[in-house]
Amino acid sequence: MADHEQEPLDIRIDSPGREGLTGTTPANIYRPLEDAEQVTIAPNGRPMDEQPAWRTDFPIDWPQDHYVERRDFMKFMVLTSLAFTVGQFWIAAQNWWRARRGQTELVRLASVTELPLGTARTFAYPTEHDPCILVRTGERTFVAYSQKCTHLSCAVVPDVGEGVIRCPCHDGVFDLASGRPIAGPPRRPLSQVQFRIRGDEIFAAGIEERTV
Amino acid sequence: MSVNRPFTRAQRATIVNGMLAFVMMLVVLQLWLLTATMNAYLGGDRAVIWPAAVASLACLLLNVGLLRYLYRIERTRR
Repeated sequence: MADHEQEPLDIRIDSPGREGLTGTTPANIYRPLEDAEQVTIAPNGRPMDEQPAWRTDFPIDWPQDHYVERRDFMKFMVLTSLAFTVGQFWIAAQNWWRARRGQTELVRLASVTELPLGTARTFAYPTEHDPCILVRTGERTFVAYSQKCTHLSCAVVPDVGEGVIRCPCHDGVFDLASGRPIAGPPRRPLSQVQFRIRGDEIFAAGIEERTV
Repeated sequence: MSVNRPFTRAQRATIVNGMLAFVMMLVVLQLWLLTATMNAYLGGDRAVIWPAAVASLACLLLNVGLLRYLYRIERTRR
């Protein structure tokens, strides 16, 4: 305060770069304002600026308390933002890991003669926890899909005569030729098992997950 | 010409409210990004995974920047 009283407010009038700007004063020569709203008095009587951080985090007056709670909520939101970002990169890491594993090796499913026209057989691919179906729809045409319904993972059942695959749980219906949903709650097509026919043998060669 | 005057409490309350609104919008955007990416990933659409991760990281950096600014105006007060 003493320094402020010793110098006039308009010391820099007509100083270089301020020619003609009479009656104005640079803001930085003012003394910083006291926080007049600060009503909290700490038990040791010292100003709040000299109090430890934990004491300023537990204010007594309401306006300061509102400020502190909003500031802490913002910290929590930033932490939530960090969690979402970690989740996003976790998905990317999973994707990278799957791609790194590469193509699965060929797995023999059946021979053509073992599967009469219009019949189906189940198999597990690529792991024993992934049930799939192989359906013979023509003399040399086959389709193979994951048996898990894309609605709630019930086991689907092929109906070759109708040309559909049905889910008995919620009456979902998929097209047998393409695996795409045509009725009921499923919105995504069945995962398609890619296969190769070598001679008389049918081999699974990969699985394609689809959104449309 | 720099103004060294610290913000008053009322000004800081306004600033933190504004920043909080912005942070909330970014967090909701990140939540949407995460659910949309998970849905696409489970459906086999892998093209969106890295762009969504980068967008989410950008949102996080914005949020951290705002939080740092809040700490900065608190420090100038002391």
